[in-house]
Amino acid sequence: MYEGVVQNLIDELGLLPGVGPKSAQRIAFHLLAADPAEVKRLAHALLEVKEKVRFCRVCGNVAAEQDCRICRDPRRDPQVICVVEESKDVIAIEKTREFRGRYHVLGGAISPIDGVGPDDLRIRELMTRLADGAVTELILATDPNLEGEATATYLARLVKPMGLRVTRLASGLPVGGDLEYADEVTLGRAFEGRRLLDV
Amino acid sequence: MSLYRDEGVVLRTHKLGEADRIITILTKRTGKVRAVAKGVRKTKSRFGSRLEPFTHVDVQLHTGRSLDMVTQVETLRPYGEALVSDYPRYTAGIAMLETADRLTQTEKEPALRQFLLLVGGLRTLVDGSHEPRLVLDAFFLRSLAVAGYAPALAECARCGADAVRAFAIVAGGVVCGACRPAGAAVPAAETIALMIALLRGDWPAADSAEQRNRVECSGLVAAYLQWHLEHGIRSLRHVERTDSTQNAHVPHTWS
Repeated sequence: MYEGVVQNLIDELGLLPGVGPKSAQRIAFHLLAADPAEVKRLAHALLEVKEKVRFCRVCGNVAAEQDCRICRDPRRDPQVICVVEESKDVIAIEKTREFRGRYHVLGGAISPIDGVGPDDLRIRELMTRLADGAVTELILATDPNLEGEATATYLARLVKPMGLRVTRLASGLPVGGDLEYADEVTLGRAFEGRRLLDV
Repeated sequence: MSLYRDEGVVLRTHKLGEADRIITILTKRTGKVRAVAKGVRKTKSRFGSRLEPFTHVDVQLHTGRSLDMVTQVETLRPYGEALVSDYPRYTAGIAMLETADRLTQTEKEPALRQFLLLVGGLRTLVDGSHEPRLVLDAFFLRSLAVAGYAPALAECARCGADAVRAFAIVAGGVVCGACRPAGAAVPAAETIALMIALLRGDWPAADSAEQRNRVECSGLVAAYLQWHLEHGIRSLRHVERTDSTQNAHVPHTWS
């Protein structure tokens, strides 16, 4: 056990995800040895993120203002909405630079066994966004696991009567892998979703 | 038994660390097993899709100190693929998995009948021959019977008299007028007949039951199940009911 304040810091750092007692100790001693200005910057960043960051009132993504950067951007296509589970998924899709539409963050996936039903997600907000008829396509980009697929099925059933195009992200083989190592479900889906090679 | 092989149905998964999962499997020979599957959340994982709930797998496990470790998996039947595209069936299936998990409380205690019941129930749910909620109620009643909690449905649970009037959960089934405790439900005779049909596997009788009797039966079975489990089934309130079967022509396989 260290002196009160040092131990306190180690305990607090140990609460962070993926940080065990040994890593917490290493970070704490790094901070002790660091330049005071650097530590102040970190402390300021921590406080600022809690004070300023909120959830975008339109899409539910993390935002520094009332609306997030993507919802404020007039160049983004308002006719296409991509539905994701978490804010982290928005970043993953943004990195592809393939999508120019807007997002809707559900805040999780339907998981009845954990007591999470459709009412616990931001589905009502999504329906409100779709109500004015401006959106023509809804891309369901929930995780390709059981809960994500069930959420996509639920949303597709809910939205279909509104007459818009509902699409689901393709599942298939990872780039850079070998075909023989693919599992049968993924390989089956890759076959199902094969496309015409236009050469 | 450092390395062993078994077949089983994945009941549920929990996230562990960055990319791992704890998998709960109801196996044929070993009973309920909790095991770590390394790296299954990575997109390049070979196990990922095989260790999703509902999947009937052939699995090789390594005995660990507290949790076993999954070393190899092959899919026998991916029930989840078919269930997930039909929301009412999916929610009924999840309630089945949660119930099987709750009814097999002790790990590594063989539960062959419970396993066979679950596989049969999932197969029936997937083939779409009956309304999902009916399949779920049949699974609940038979699981309770396997666990030793079968409700008395033909004669009074207390005195054995033939003239039954009410259904009392605390008494263990139907009761006669003399034995009837305060607050016991008085279901329609057709509802009790439906419960008997579901417990016996008399599907022609169960499928012809009227909607109001099905709803009443579901309520009684759910209350009876949760009373005996001493625990609520969380997924039950998310189970959706459909009015009719979609593929009524498909012959039933669950007997």
